[in-house]
Amino acid sequence: MTTVPGLSRRGFIVGTGATGLTIGILAACGPGGKDAPAEAGPPPPEVNAWVHIGTDDIVTVRIARSEMGQGTLTGLAQLVAEELECDWDYVKTEYPTPGQNLARDRVWGDFLTGGSRGIRTSHDYVREGGAAARMMLVQAAANRWGVPVEECSAAKSIITHSPSGKTLRFGEVVADAAELPAPESVTLKDPSEWKIVGQSVQRLDTVDKVTGKQQYTTDMKMDGMLNAAVKAAPKRGGSLKSFDAEAVSSMPGVKAVVQVDDTSVAVVADYWWQAKTALDTLPIEWEDGEGSNFSSSAFEADLDAGLTASETFVGNQAGDVDAAFSNAAQVIEAKYNAPHQNHACMEPMNAIAVWTPEKCEVWCPTQNGEAALAATSEAADLPIQNCEVYKQLLGGGFGRKGASDYISQAVKIAKQMPGTPIKLLWSREEDMEQGFFHPITKAYCQGALDADGNLTGLKIRISGQSILAGIMPQALTDGADMIVFQGLLPSGVDARVEDQTIKYTFPNLLVDHAMRNPPVRPGFWRGVNANQNAIYLECFMDELAHAAGRDPLEFRLAHLKDSPKMATVLQAVADKSGWGADDGLSRGLCCFYSFGSYTAACAEVTVGDDGELKMHRIVAATDPGYGVNPQQIDAQVAGSFVYGLSAMLHQEITFEDGETQQKNFNTYNSMRIAEMPEVETLVMPSGGFWGGVGEPTIAVAPPAVLNAIFAATGKRIRQLPIKDQALR
Amino acid sequence: MATLKVNGQVMTVDVDDSTPLLWVIREQLGLTGTKYGCGIAECGACTIHIDGQAVRSCVYPVGALAGDEEITTIEGLSEDGSHPVQQAWVELDVPQCGFCQPGMIMAAAGLLNDNPDASDEDIDATITNICRCGTFTRVRKGIHLAKTKKA
Ligand code: FES
Ligand code: FES
Repeated sequence: MTTVPGLSRRGFIVGTGATGLTIGILAACGPGGKDAPAEAGPPPPEVNAWVHIGTDDIVTVRIARSEMGQGTLTGLAQLVAEELECDWDYVKTEYPTPGQNLARDRVWGDFLTGGSRGIRTSHDYVREGGAAARMMLVQAAANRWGVPVEECSAAKSIITHSPSGKTLRFGEVVADAAELPAPESVTLKDPSEWKIVGQSVQRLDTVDKVTGKQQYTTDMKMDGMLNAAVKAAPKRGGSLKSFDAEAVSSMPGVKAVVQVDDTSVAVVADYWWQAKTALDTLPIEWEDGEGSNFSSSAFEADLDAGLTASETFVGNQAGDVDAAFSNAAQVIEAKYNAPHQNHACMEPMNAIAVWTPEKCEVWCPTQNGEAALAATSEAADLPIQNCEVYKQLLGGGFGRKGASDYISQAVKIAKQMPGTPIKLLWSREEDMEQGFFHPITKAYCQGALDADGNLTGLKIRISGQSILAGIMPQALTDGADMIVFQGLLPSGVDARVEDQTIKYTFPNLLVDHAMRNPPVRPGFWRGVNANQNAIYLECFMDELAHAAGRDPLEFRLAHLKDSPKMATVLQAVADKSGWGADDGLSRGLCCFYSFGSYTAACAEVTVGDDGELKMHRIVAATDPGYGVNPQQIDAQVAGSFVYGLSAMLHQEITFEDGETQQKNFNTYNSMRIAEMPEVETLVMPSGGFWGGVGEPTIAVAPPAVLNAIFAATGKRIRQLPIKDQALR
Repeated sequence: MATLKVNGQVMTVDVDDSTPLLWVIREQLGLTGTKYGCGIAECGACTIHIDGQAVRSCVYPVGALAGDEEITTIEGLSEDGSHPVQQAWVELDVPQCGFCQPGMIMAAAGLLNDNPDASDEDIDATITNICRCGTFTRVRKGIHLAKTKKA
């Protein structure tokens, strides 16, 4: 049992302002909500900010994090429902809006959904919210019966007075409960008592997704709405010089051609296809700027120079590496690289905005509702209190929709057409060109082995781009970007990155970073820097094991003596896959810790004589501490593998003359079902901590496959993606 | 001006002949279940059926229709979500974000129309839709499960 004294107030504003809230919720459902009758009977009260219960027993759980496919909505609802003791069949979810959050003193905390934090950083207060609501409901029933509250308990949405056997439904006491003061402290269940958490319940949001009823922002309609297509300067650093609106103004449906900001122009038309067609023929002149001649191939030299540069930021250091290398019996070295990548969410960037001199409203997919609201206010040139953002389901986010660039654009277009709802949709080509790209890096790995094949020294030099320097310089630590070292950091040094530390113990270690920033805006891309760091570390560990003449499993385990949790997941995938079996399959291993979870994979592949790769199966294990919904963890593991393996197999964004050379899925391919291996997921929650689920496993699939390719061919692949390389 | 029969209803729309069927369906007809993902027939998000065959509507000019084809969109696949593929999808919780799923489901249903006993090899050859969330393992299971279900 966990008793939580002195609860923060945020979860427990008892629902007096229910009227305003309910109207807000209607609006949150989309434009249709605006026309819904505001006086459709008195709104049922909310028990607290997290939970609304109707007189019909329907429980509506308010979810602050964004659902983008990862199942957070369902997982968070499970956590609330567990403590609330409600019947799972009555549970629904809804999003509060960022404006409501602001108006209610940030009662729902922050809305940011990234870093696999959806559940792991909000499980405590959503569970507290559920528990407090249950206590109030039980108290209300006890009051009505005039009996001591200790004699009453709740289960499956029914409150029972044990001595008399009397019962009341939640819906029958909800009005009374809403009048009660919030409890001063709550006691959370011990995980061993969980009945809903830890179960593979079905998602709450599936049915509409198979019938076409599920609305995304681009599917919404409003009276008088116009559609906008936008084009920003295709070259890095470019800006808008001029455009000839006249040339397209008489094209079908065209209503306006507007300058959006310094770098982009939009066509507004009755229909989006008309807007795009006109935009494609619009004569536009661009101005070059810094970075407009950037070339990825030329940048190679900068990255290479960084691999041996003397000025670096140190991420992790132990023992005396120089001594280890001078005393080595054998020194092994290898260079790896990882290119720029685009998120390529299935749903391209889009937003709807309505602007009037008094007010600005936005409907959009976003991973960061509060940042979206701030961006709206700035672009609208209106106080934040006069703005509102209604979050819609995301058609994929992967980190890209934490940025608000497309929202600002929609608002700036709408501002030039007051009162007219503007739906902005990017073409796929725009989406490819105007990314926040996964950063480009290279690594120089060196290992010192003694005569017995023991690893006595390890150096990993990362050269390349910093995400923080590019988009969040305020988060740098004395100029250093600690996120560059994801999964390679020391434990016990910096609490902010404790969830991204290395689990191997090496006697002599140096991990450092030569920052080399191209004029390409970087972004957080599912898995972030864990993706390439896992390749650098885990492919090189494989190289070292082979050089030392040792079994790659045994070699890793020898360095995991201080991390039994990591050793456990690694051993589990090896056992499940049949590591060492002589069955015609080649196997490769990887283990990595990131976003607070222990993960491992064993890939089983064959490589044909013609070099054709077939990935047969990947056995994956994850220990995220607690597993809220194992079948959704399985979905996240398999899904993250598609994202990570697509990058490994096919994806790279290159720039020439400042412009992306890849414009669509024909040149920026994404994995198809034929390439997909079977995935066997071992969910191994060991308890006592809360790790992430959406991202950690993405890192382990590519190194496991690359190591398996080596096992099959004896050839190392160190350049990514592998698409054009001969595997034999 | 084009006449088309969508989900059993005959409709006339006033659009340029070159307008892709995808945009006519989404914008003029307001059937927004069919999605835009690439516009170049690469991703399959826009998959619909024309006379029971899966077609990528983003590169199909509306002017190429004769007018008597039976066009089916995700909204018309079944009246109540009871198509075998839809049942299987719900049972296995296939969708993640769901954005690619109308196209994925129409591609799967098109495959089973042609080949009610589709094998893994048939799936590999025919289902070339992109899913960035990575639902492929469940899509494959879903197609096999759908084979066992009745509408
Ligand atoms: S939108 Fe038609 S295939 Fe991608
Ligand atoms: S479910 Fe999200 S793209 Fe397929």
